[in-house]
Amino acid sequence: MANKFLMKGNEALAEAAIRSGCHHFFGYPITPQTEISAYMAKRMPQIGGTFLQAESEIAAINMVLGAASAGVRAMTSSSSPGISLKSEGISYLAGSDVPAVIVNVMRGGPGLGGIQPSQADYWQATKAMGHGDFQVLVYAPSGVQEMAELVGLAFDTADKYRVPAMILADGLLGQMMEPVVFPEQKSDRLPEKTWATTGTKGKRAPNIINSLFLQPDELEQIVKDRFTRYQAIEENEVLAEEFLTDDADLLVVAYGAVARIARSAVRAARERGIKAGLIRPVTLWPFPKKLIAEKAKQAQNILVAEMSMGQMVDDVKLAVLGSSHVHFYGRTGGMVPSPNELLEQIQAIADNREV
Amino acid sequence: MGTVFEKTRGLTDHVLHYCPGCTHGIIHRILAESLVELGLLDQTVGIVPVGCAVMAYDYFNCDTIEAPHGRAPAVATGVRRALPEATVFTYQGDGDLAAIGTAETVHAATRGENITVIFVNNAIYGMTGGQMAPTSLPSQVTQTTPYGRDPKVAGFPVRVCEMLSTLDGVAFAQRVAVNSPQRVMQAKKAIKKALTVQKERKGFSIVEILSTCPTNWGVTPLEALDWVEEKMVPYYPLGVYKDVSEKGVFSDAD
Repeated sequence: MANKFLMKGNEALAEAAIRSGCHHFFGYPITPQTEISAYMAKRMPQIGGTFLQAESEIAAINMVLGAASAGVRAMTSSSSPGISLKSEGISYLAGSDVPAVIVNVMRGGPGLGGIQPSQADYWQATKAMGHGDFQVLVYAPSGVQEMAELVGLAFDTADKYRVPAMILADGLLGQMMEPVVFPEQKSDRLPEKTWATTGTKGKRAPNIINSLFLQPDELEQIVKDRFTRYQAIEENEVLAEEFLTDDADLLVVAYGAVARIARSAVRAARERGIKAGLIRPVTLWPFPKKLIAEKAKQAQNILVAEMSMGQMVDDVKLAVLGSSHVHFYGRTGGMVPSPNELLEQIQAIADNREV
Repeated sequence: MGTVFEKTRGLTDHVLHYCPGCTHGIIHRILAESLVELGLLDQTVGIVPVGCAVMAYDYFNCDTIEAPHGRAPAVATGVRRALPEATVFTYQGDGDLAAIGTAETVHAATRGENITVIFVNNAIYGMTGGQMAPTSLPSQVTQTTPYGRDPKVAGFPVRVCEMLSTLDGVAFAQRVAVNSPQRVMQAKKAIKKALTVQKERKGFSIVEILSTCPTNWGVTPLEALDWVEEKMVPYYPLGVYKDVSEKGVFSDAD
């Protein structure tokens, strides 16, 4: 039987990253993700890996760029204000086709904001993770077990498509403790990276990691080729969980920590005779728009719940294209909605009244 | 008759894009020759900057990474930690290294990161058309100091080798110039020394090279060589600022 550990989400993610072959971690302290750095600082020397506390978030992401360009699995983690600083480096990773994993344990914003849980970086992660035309894979865990499971998947998928991947968690998931069983390692052999800058050893032409293309037609072609890969990602890599959706005429869409709360609210609504169901996007990009559109056919009303002023709700509206009424309920600034708050919203929609 | 001179295999056959009279070409050549002569080229990963040398990835015949502006020492750190056996150099201009990338430079140095930094100081932002650099001289006229650099407004130039030589992680720091054949030979010797310090894992090494920018200085290529001698050398004295390569920077930390 697999061993079960009681761990914080941040620590489970860190351990799972190491078990996925990530032996190079570059960090910078910021609440509420600092446990990831602290865990890496403890574990990396034990396995002969690298933990390095960088002088800034900017330096940390560029160390990831260097290590990942050299072909190893490299990771950095931060929380909202620090992710803004990393956005330059993330754009270069994407523009140079270098796979790496970035963790954002979101806190309230904008500016310095607060240190309590938030989902207010959804737009940043899914729409504008830096300058230029590009996407990053975005995985949204909903519990400590998934903090562990998704990081390995993020590395695998990033390598497969040569794109950066983000784990978009929040302070609640990072700080809470739950039992976790680490996924079995599929193989110690990581994918070969013939493009990596490892020194030619005199056996091949030089490899170049670069995002500069001064001829506009060349740059356009390179971006278009990258978007062909994005299309394949949208076709093959979408993940979502459904809960009681088969007969649901009122659909709740929520991700991350809010999805756990929404699950309780949906169950309570069912006890009241309301046919509620939940769709939980696990990948935020690619977004499960086909699934939501399909389920919207039988659900006249959709409630999107987030710890923000309403960001993912845009993608839900785009998925259903007006075929259902899309309602929104959000708390922000570090406030976490309670199951009863969400239940009240569901009840109000079922009663066809505004709250 | 034997061959007296040939192009180093450390450079590709790409035509360099540099302006007439710019000394980037000389610096490229002596760095490439040094890598070949020390037998390091095939294990080298070069990190190139944003600035005039932005396309150096096409010129050096080794693996290269084009770094974001100023971040080359951080990128080099990542490569160094991932590839303990590799030779890692950064090639950076004054704006890249001493303005936007100051933090990355200082911290790679103080960590004693086993990398070699080739710092090309020509006292101006060349690529963007001649703006004030952190190393532009007092009273120097640039596009953004049209009345001359006034330290009361724009501050003083940064002396990089002097500053870095105070840090315990720096094993070797030397300032050289390439405005005469003799100086070119001295510069190459300094580069070979720095690469050897790295090869022996003695700590961070930097060679600052006073370079020309006739285009943006508004002088002829020949006048530019004199400009280095008359204007730059007095403010940026040549010489070895730090050399603890015998013991290495970590000898007291063990």
